[in-house]
Amino acid sequence: MSVFNKSRSYIIRIIFLAVFIVIIAQLANLQLVSNKYLELAKNNAIFQKIVYPERGIIYDRKGRPILNNTIMFDLMVTPAEIKKNFDTTSFCNLLGIDTAEFRSRIVNAIVKNSRVRPSIFHSLLTQQEQARFEENSWRFPGFVLQQRPIRTYPYNVGAHFLGYISEVDAKDIEHSGNFYKMGDYVGKNGLEYSYEKVLMGQRGVQYMIKDNKNRLVGHYENGEFDTTAVAGRGLKTYLDVDLQVLAEKLLANKVGSVVAIDPKTGGILAMASGPVFNPNDLTGPAKNANYAGMVLNVTAPLLNRGIKGRYPPGSTFKPLGGLVGLDEGVITPASGYPCRGGYYACGKRVGCLESWAGHAANLRLAIAHSCNSFFVNTYRLTVDNPNIGNVKKGFEKWQEYMNKLGLGVRLGVDLPSEDKGNIPTVGDYDKEYRGSWTSCTNLTLGIGQDKMLLTPLQLANAACIIANRGYYYTPHFVDSIEGETAADGPILAKYRKKHEPLTHISDVAYDAIINGMQDVVTEGTARVALIPGINVCAKTGTAENARVIDGRKVKLKDNSMFVCFAPKENPKIAVAVAVENAGFGATWAGPIARILMEKYLLDSLTNTSKADLERISKTNLMPSYYTRLQYIADSTRAEYWAKVRNDSTHLRKYLKGGAPRTSEPKKDSATNNTKKNNQNQKPKQAANLVVFTSEDKKKHRPVSITGESI
Amino acid sequence: MSQKKAEISKGIDYILIIVYFLLVSIGLMAIFGVTYTDGDPVLQSFLGFKTDYSKQFYFAVVALILGLFILLTDSKFFPATANLWYAGGILLLLLVFPFHSSVKGTESIIRFGGFNFQPAEFCKVTVALALAKYLSDPEMDFTKIRSQLVATAIVLAPAGLTIMQNETGLALVFFSFFLVMYREGLPGIILVIGFAAATLVVATLLVDKNILAIILTLITAAVIFFCRRQVKRDRGLLVKIILIWVVCVGIQRFGVPFAFTHILERHQVERIFSTIGKEIPQEYLKGNMGEVNAKTGKQSNTADYNVKQSKIAIGSGGLTGKGLLSGTQTRYGFVPEQRTDFIFDTIGEGFGFAGAVGLLGLYLLLLFRIVIVAERQRSTFSRCYAYGVASVLFFHMAVNVAMTIGLAPVIGIPLPFISYGGTSLLTFTILLFILIRLDADRQMVLR
Repeated sequence: MSVFNKSRSYIIRIIFLAVFIVIIAQLANLQLVSNKYLELAKNNAIFQKIVYPERGIIYDRKGRPILNNTIMFDLMVTPAEIKKNFDTTSFCNLLGIDTAEFRSRIVNAIVKNSRVRPSIFHSLLTQQEQARFEENSWRFPGFVLQQRPIRTYPYNVGAHFLGYISEVDAKDIEHSGNFYKMGDYVGKNGLEYSYEKVLMGQRGVQYMIKDNKNRLVGHYENGEFDTTAVAGRGLKTYLDVDLQVLAEKLLANKVGSVVAIDPKTGGILAMASGPVFNPNDLTGPAKNANYAGMVLNVTAPLLNRGIKGRYPPGSTFKPLGGLVGLDEGVITPASGYPCRGGYYACGKRVGCLESWAGHAANLRLAIAHSCNSFFVNTYRLTVDNPNIGNVKKGFEKWQEYMNKLGLGVRLGVDLPSEDKGNIPTVGDYDKEYRGSWTSCTNLTLGIGQDKMLLTPLQLANAACIIANRGYYYTPHFVDSIEGETAADGPILAKYRKKHEPLTHISDVAYDAIINGMQDVVTEGTARVALIPGINVCAKTGTAENARVIDGRKVKLKDNSMFVCFAPKENPKIAVAVAVENAGFGATWAGPIARILMEKYLLDSLTNTSKADLERISKTNLMPSYYTRLQYIADSTRAEYWAKVRNDSTHLRKYLKGGAPRTSEPKKDSATNNTKKNNQNQKPKQAANLVVFTSEDKKKHRPVSITGESI
Repeated sequence: MSQKKAEISKGIDYILIIVYFLLVSIGLMAIFGVTYTDGDPVLQSFLGFKTDYSKQFYFAVVALILGLFILLTDSKFFPATANLWYAGGILLLLLVFPFHSSVKGTESIIRFGGFNFQPAEFCKVTVALALAKYLSDPEMDFTKIRSQLVATAIVLAPAGLTIMQNETGLALVFFSFFLVMYREGLPGIILVIGFAAATLVVATLLVDKNILAIILTLITAAVIFFCRRQVKRDRGLLVKIILIWVVCVGIQRFGVPFAFTHILERHQVERIFSTIGKEIPQEYLKGNMGEVNAKTGKQSNTADYNVKQSKIAIGSGGLTGKGLLSGTQTRYGFVPEQRTDFIFDTIGEGFGFAGAVGLLGLYLLLLFRIVIVAERQRSTFSRCYAYGVASVLFFHMAVNVAMTIGLAPVIGIPLPFISYGGTSLLTFTILLFILIRLDADRQMVLR
């Protein structure tokens, strides 16, 4: 039998061999033919751990850091490490949460990030919480503190121009061509945004080996492929932090802006915007609540009015109008205008504050007495220049001058989203008057009214042009970059280029204008800006403005404007101040400018200024109509909320007709500033109250917060 | 006889011994590669009996001592006591039911003073012996159906008991003994039918049922067309062909779905479908599967995960591999059960295609050598036993490697001599050393 079946031993061997060949073929397919498995194994096991560099620091002119880094702590939890006998109650007491919240956070952590990996349990502990936890940490295994670098503002100032950082979103990543990765922090505004490339430094990458539960177990190839992080470089700015602190103090409880520039360099010495807020409010643990409060506040505290506020310059424009007339040759320093209290050449009267004969006998006198008639006339002479031909060409020429002076165009400051202000064009008037208009139509452009709107930065820069007798440097914050190399050249090059918009004006003519401005201080409207021992040149402005409130155009209290520079002989500082709806330029804006100049030039304040500082910083000049606007915005939102969520709890209080809540309670606590203001104004406001029905509210959608001044 | 006792090395097949030592060493190294943590003192932990490689090392020492004992035993002892061993094996299998300790869902393990003992593993040896004993009986005529049925019963009795212990994988091993019966005269048609049935089942899973039915019908029609002359002569042939068609379509339409919904466990269904790379069709989830599905809805990925990670591990090895202790897949726990069932991944990742083929070559050498050894026996008992050993080793090796590279469903059976585990190593050592002992006395005719 065995002999009979002997051949079967070969068949069995063939079966063995066949199976082996099939296996080897599949092995060859997996190991030799296909590359994807190697790649997959790498993805499986190698984790690119990004090492974030320390962000660059921003210093003021004296090397004091105004934007720095600090460490706060996130409380991390690894759910798998929590012991059975964990003292939940005392842990919850420590953090001030209840056990239900504790449980839901743990569950959330497990769902999001598994049991074995650490997740954030509580982000950005307050110092008290951190201290309490550190004392007791031995009692709570599974919980650890993890450092998290955040930005800090040692002087509590500069929120508006320093900007903020936040995590990149999908759009940023796309824009950067996938340079940024999820979890990166980028500058979203201000200098943080403009100098992102300098400040961010260079990310490092550590290749870590992870196991099947994604725990990191060591460096890949002993760190052979790792790259180290390079810290971001610092920025040295022109900013004088003392000046900035003063400026923000002065603007407390006001809507407006202060910009101070060093005319010689174009370096911005201070830029403040009211309502002011503490930039540290937007870092730390309460940042989300604070941010929400500011976004919903109609006074728009987040808006940098230094570059985004649009104000009719009023009389502060007059010296510029004079310069243009001189450069065009339509007036000379000796030109005068026989003003007797008004300008009547165009039929309708343009009033003038002075009516005595000879107050505008020449340019210097006209500026000193701020003669409306003279500058309206100068404007008309410029536009109707017989050498040019017709009014439209003349107007184009005038507009060109304005743009060269940095008005109606972006100056190019090193901050994002600068406003152009508004210098009207021929097209604007053609559209409005169907092509038929003359220099009479817009004659108040000569005294900084009509459609003209300028930002405080543009005004300050214009003051620099006068102070410098015809040239300026584009205003900017950053003086130099730490460890600057040739590669950084393009970043700052445009700020080191001299602009000379005016070329035909003699020194004598400049003298007329500058002396006129000095006269304003010594004997004119700006006597408030007098600094003993220093020749200050200034120009006040009191600009009319109006705004649509409740569907009606309401004429508001004049904006208080002030432009100045000093010293006259060797200008070191030029300041522009705008305080919204505060009245005469000399009342509020003037003293603010003087205090800043004094501080900068003398490094100390006179007794008068100290008193003024106290008085001004304590005065509340928040325009009263904001209460109304806030009410409209809040009630509209409440109605919207009621519609979307079927929850009328927020709406109910608006329907009762009782005293309006200035904002929703939660958000209120976030913005102490505005809350105080609103409370102060409640009594005044109560009189105008009407009971709002939902129909009314539909008509009155929230008013644009920037407020179109008309 | 007295001479042979004095010199146990006489007649021993050294090739088998060398291959055995090579395989055990490779196994130790692979287990070391998986479980060694950086920085441990190697020698101390090797002797410490705390780590897996240390334990495996001691298992190997014990196995070697056992092997020496076997070589010292009289070769007549094995055929004489074969049936006794078999009875003992069955008894142990039965003892599992009252005394098992449930480890990881199986009910096949008895805990014995700190050691886990799996009788089903051990039964491979007893069945090999008993089958050899039965086939070598001179009174027996293996051409008779009755003898074939008895032999089948000897093999399948422990398989049935093992299935009842939820160890389907181990039970399948016993089917490999059909190769022995084939060598001893089982009609070849049975292997062909087995292979055809397997193909039909796989086709059922891969191809849409209606299309498959049409294909089967077309094949039947073609067969009838080409055999039309024979069919004219013999009407019975037509009936047979049609009967085969009915059976095939029956299996394809009802048999396989029934088996999947009523016989197989859910995890087995998952493993089978993850091997062929398809989602489990809804119709295969009916019946008792429904509730399991609801409970463990999430688990459906695990089978897939295991095979995928295993393929990644082996695939990432490339031609020469990443080197021992450098395989990221096997070192950092991506492959499950990598000390035991998926130990081949360590070889594939660490030593690449070259290493894997080298190991397979070693196995092939072992199998061919056993077949050669079998064919040189004068005793039918020795030959049958040798084929039994070859069949068991072949089945283990082929199925284990095939499952790690995604050619077979994941069945939890170890890779002989290499996988971590005391029972497995001891069983295979006993299996092989009995053969070496029998071969040493190949000049004798044993009963």
